[in-house]
Amino acid sequence: MTHDPSFEYALRLGDDALVLGQRLGEWCGHAPTIEVDLSLANLGLDLIGQAMHFLGVAGDIEGKGRDADKLAFFRDELDFTNCLLVEQPNGDFAQTMTRQWLYSTYQALFFDALKASSDARFAEVADKASKEVRYHAELSADWVVRLGDGTPESHQRMLGALDWHWRFVPELFAMDAVDEAMVSAGVGVDKAALRPAFDARVNAVLDKATLPRQDDQRPLRGGRKGHHSEHLGHLLATMQHIPRSHPDARW
Amino acid sequence: MPAGEIIDVCSAIEAVLHTVEDPEIPVISVMDLGIVRAVDATEVAITPTYTGCPATAVIETSIRAALDAAGFEETAVKTVLSPPWSTDFITDEGRAKLKAYGIAPPPKGADAASLKNAGPAECPRCGSENTREISRFGSTPCKALWQCNACLEPFDRFKCH
Repeated sequence: MTHDPSFEYALRLGDDALVLGQRLGEWCGHAPTIEVDLSLANLGLDLIGQAMHFLGVAGDIEGKGRDADKLAFFRDELDFTNCLLVEQPNGDFAQTMTRQWLYSTYQALFFDALKASSDARFAEVADKASKEVRYHAELSADWVVRLGDGTPESHQRMLGALDWHWRFVPELFAMDAVDEAMVSAGVGVDKAALRPAFDARVNAVLDKATLPRQDDQRPLRGGRKGHHSEHLGHLLATMQHIPRSHPDARW
Repeated sequence: MPAGEIIDVCSAIEAVLHTVEDPEIPVISVMDLGIVRAVDATEVAITPTYTGCPATAVIETSIRAALDAAGFEETAVKTVLSPPWSTDFITDEGRAKLKAYGIAPPPKGADAASLKNAGPAECPRCGSENTREISRFGSTPCKALWQCNACLEPFDRFKCH
């Protein structure tokens, strides 16, 4: 980590978006209907667009000549700072939508707050992306309701998906030294303060979906420090293999 | 440069930009789409529609090529994010061209909260407002797929954004 916490901050935002965008891309050509295939690919595109901006900002702050592509394709697992939620495997459709809904609900609140950042590089991306993220949150919440309040089978799968993902939620709101420094500087967001609004939004959707509100589980954390689940390495292998096999290749 | 000449240069550059088409919707120019933020003799500032829109790089390349071809090699093209683009930046002329092309233009000044295109779309073929959304995602990130219940025409609708 460099001494400037804003590098780490931009990297985290970029890594979250990049990893989730790559996950959504895995559905391309495999989704159950054409509408879903298009929507997941489009959500993925928005996220990869965000990643390009944030990783570009990180590279500028670092000042060592690494651009967004270098940061995306030439770092190893231990250097990735995304939260554990976004690297979870696609699983079935209930798992993909639950992951999306939890992350997008959080991200919508986060970007709304980041718009007020004193650093224009962060505020501008947040302002641009927040409309798109609201769309993601809305679309995935619709699916949570449709599946939760659907057939006994889809309901059961949603219960499984919630059970799998809920332990990764506390990490989204956890504050560490980087977050504290960025909040003090007027650049970052007090994530812990977003939790009540998140719970209110999530519970409203769960109620509508006839799904139970979730009890706290033992939280799993560590993504921000590079301690990842076994799933991230496989994702990176797929994502990074072409640029690493053919460095400096151009279209 | 005297003021008159500067204005002439800017309008000459704008005239070039009017000839640069959107790669996905070739009936409208980048000026119609409202993605040109500022034009002066040294620089053209453009803004992306969607953060991850794959057409952004193509648009930048096309603008560069058009400027070079018209002799404005020294005029730089740069991307700005603020203020973020919304469908309200599409010009009235752009809206008319979209409609003629068979794409329902987005309503102007729509509430940012109405992301679902809640209001009815006007069928670009028969003009009926008896229409329904088929898929919230269409052929490009910026469009949804709709169908007219009156004449059965399927059509793209530009999403409010």
